[in-house]
Amino acid sequence: MIEPTTERELADAVAGASGPFAIQGGGTRGIGVPVAGERLSLAKLSGISLYEPGALTIVAGAGTPMSEIEAALRSEGQMLPFEPMDHRDLLGTDGTPTIGGVVATNASGPRRLRAGACRDSLIGVRYINGHGAAVKNGGRVMKNVTGYDLVKLMAGSYGTLGVLSEVSFKLLPKPDASGEVTLRDLSLADGISAMAAALGSPYEVSGAAMMPGEGSVVRLRLEGFENSVGYRGAELIKTLKKFGPAEMTMGGDDDWRAIRDVSVFANKSTVWKVSIKASDVPALLESALAPSHAYDAMLDWGGGLVWIGADDSQLAAHSAADAVAGAQALHTDLQTHLARIGGHATLVKGSDDLKVRVPVFQPEVAPLVALATGLRAQFDPRGLFNPGVMG
Amino acid sequence: MEMPTPDPRILALKSRLVQRLREVLPHDAVIDDETETRVYECDALTAYRCPPLCAVLPASTEEVSAVLKICHQEGVPVVPRGSGTSLAGGALPTADCVILGVARLCDVLETDYDNRFIKVQTGRTNLSVTGAVESDGFFYAPDPSSQLACAIAGNIAMNSGGAHCLKYGVTTNNLLGVKMVMMDGTVVDIGGAHMDAGGYDWLGLICGSEGQLGVVTEATLRILPKPEGARPVLIGYKSAEIAGACVSDIIKAGVLPVAIEYMDRKVLEVVERHAKAGYPDCEALLIVEVEGSPAEIDEQLGLIKQIAAKHDPVELREAKDAAEAGRIWLGRKSAFGAMGQINDYMCLDGTIPVSSLPHVLRRIGELSTEFGLEVGNVFHAGDGNMHPLILFDANKPGDLELCEEMGAEILKLCVEVGGCLTGEHGVGIEKRDLMNVQFAPQDLEAQMRVKDVFDPAWLLNPAKVFPLADTAARRAQPEAAA
Repeated sequence: MIEPTTERELADAVAGASGPFAIQGGGTRGIGVPVAGERLSLAKLSGISLYEPGALTIVAGAGTPMSEIEAALRSEGQMLPFEPMDHRDLLGTDGTPTIGGVVATNASGPRRLRAGACRDSLIGVRYINGHGAAVKNGGRVMKNVTGYDLVKLMAGSYGTLGVLSEVSFKLLPKPDASGEVTLRDLSLADGISAMAAALGSPYEVSGAAMMPGEGSVVRLRLEGFENSVGYRGAELIKTLKKFGPAEMTMGGDDDWRAIRDVSVFANKSTVWKVSIKASDVPALLESALAPSHAYDAMLDWGGGLVWIGADDSQLAAHSAADAVAGAQALHTDLQTHLARIGGHATLVKGSDDLKVRVPVFQPEVAPLVALATGLRAQFDPRGLFNPGVMG
Repeated sequence: MEMPTPDPRILALKSRLVQRLREVLPHDAVIDDETETRVYECDALTAYRCPPLCAVLPASTEEVSAVLKICHQEGVPVVPRGSGTSLAGGALPTADCVILGVARLCDVLETDYDNRFIKVQTGRTNLSVTGAVESDGFFYAPDPSSQLACAIAGNIAMNSGGAHCLKYGVTTNNLLGVKMVMMDGTVVDIGGAHMDAGGYDWLGLICGSEGQLGVVTEATLRILPKPEGARPVLIGYKSAEIAGACVSDIIKAGVLPVAIEYMDRKVLEVVERHAKAGYPDCEALLIVEVEGSPAEIDEQLGLIKQIAAKHDPVELREAKDAAEAGRIWLGRKSAFGAMGQINDYMCLDGTIPVSSLPHVLRRIGELSTEFGLEVGNVFHAGDGNMHPLILFDANKPGDLELCEEMGAEILKLCVEVGGCLTGEHGVGIEKRDLMNVQFAPQDLEAQMRVKDVFDPAWLLNPAKVFPLADTAARRAQPEAAA
């Protein structure tokens, strides 16, 4: 394992590399096919180099632990707007989640629907390219259209286009209070309609999640000054009257952690993350998948994000017999359906057996495959960075 | 500002090219008459002009594709054009280019309130996107000053912002999907109505690429429910330092205003004469606006007024009703027009860390004395996006050059304090030759390699964004396309 302590050491390691790297922050988010290569850990490129609360900006080394970032922001009453997911519960990993890992996976939680994804708050990166040179893009100011936006390109590229050494974010003030409006026992379609009505209201809903099925619950989060939250909750209940009685509670800081981290699927062997137009969800779950597959689902982002989870007994129940074959069939049906209607599915958790049999990420159309291949050839001509992870 | 020498091979090609373009477009969609091509000789950076070889106005994605295919085969550069409101020269032609205007692509294709998006053709103006949904209580958030005229195509190319982006973000944060035509005519759909597009962040890359990677013909845009209401407060201060400290304290206090706008004395004087908005006599004026229900607005403005009062304001005036709110905004919204009435001016667009505001304003004052050119400052203070307006006389020989020289000094200053050359207008030709101030060679090389992938022959808007010397070898290969 290589563990550089400075950007310079990192650049030298890349420049002198003779074979591919498996790049790792804290090693808590192992998504994609396992990479055959020397482990390159960024854990030592750690530390907050600049934090200006009055300018709502922070700059930190890619290996900086999330706990360190969060503690610094908490002390000033600020936060990362996009509520990054911690993958440890879901994937059963241990280790220290890092800010670089958040960027590489574009990890974004429930507040994504109001505040944008990780890529929307990310305002600057430094990374090492395939030649071992340090490259910067963006910076530390929140409005910047100077040159191409490689900042967003690096977010969610799973370490395949460069090795991140430093990242900068814009921040938000942490809301004073939060509250929640809850609706129960709605059908999937009604739950999605209720979330759409809430998100189409002026009450600034900052989380909209649903656990469908028996005893279904729709949860709508409100954040802001305490009086505001109370007022908007009451108004929201009026707006949603036709969906039945709703309940309003004032809440605490951690109420949405389990949704953010998809903890409910911690004991599932296989989990997919689906990005989809919310109103297409009933057709996907009830018509395309339910007749031939057994699974559970959880909706976030008002239905725009669907987590699908299955354990081995659910997967083996498919006619294909063993769990891997069952998962493969579900995976294929899922990605095929999405290719037709729009959206995409990623296999976030699954056995290595499964990951080598199916495309972990939704396959793209031919012109985009050509562009992706072309980009990798330009950014990483020697194929050093997590080869094979994104095609 | 230097532009590449027109390629005689291409100039000689004109009649054949026009003939080929007429085979795929209606007769009136190909403009080759020399008096008519003058319409396209510049954008809002009017100091630079050059009529194109010809202009085309395709009315469908298929026509765009057909045009690009022909230009690709012939090795002819293409400069895409939205409404031509770029302040950076993003749509400035060269004599050997085809201008591809999207003005005939202006339909709304789909509106969907349940999923909160609108799909439009990209020649549609920014304001008319909101216009299509506002009666149903929705709006499209990015609001550049030119929103009445500017096209979504140009907004995407320049990643346009606006006064309200502190809360709602800029174009890239509100773009869900595109249909894009590549230089070789290939049509590709990216993203869609779903919230996150898959694969690499193609949308993030395309947005702000200044028409150099492809021509976007359709866009799926996020729309938002209109807030219940909005109300501004006006705060006048004795100095830029105090105003800057107030902005920082407001942000630290946990209020997120939808806009924090700043005007200095020079701008205030001109605006006051022009619009009679009733602004106080002071060095620095802030307009801070918040949104919500009347009670929510009261609470937020209460907090802001408390903070503002601690800094000993010259004046603190809250809008009591819509008419007063309108008056507070009137001056800010007419600032650019008012400055334009008294003088020629060049509008800069650098962004700086908010904490450097007082220092940068002081240095701009010193530069103004040094160069003997007056400067007015009007800008988005919440995000540090400055708009210094340098006043000059276009009819006075040498004044434009002096003004550009001073502008360059100000932009270098922005970079020096940790900021950037352009926050929302784009690089175009205007800041092209300053890119080396902000970026090291390998930083620019990384960006140019992206263009190599999308447009290997460098035919799309090739003389923009990057310093000409750095792109010369890449541009000098028109045969590569054929």
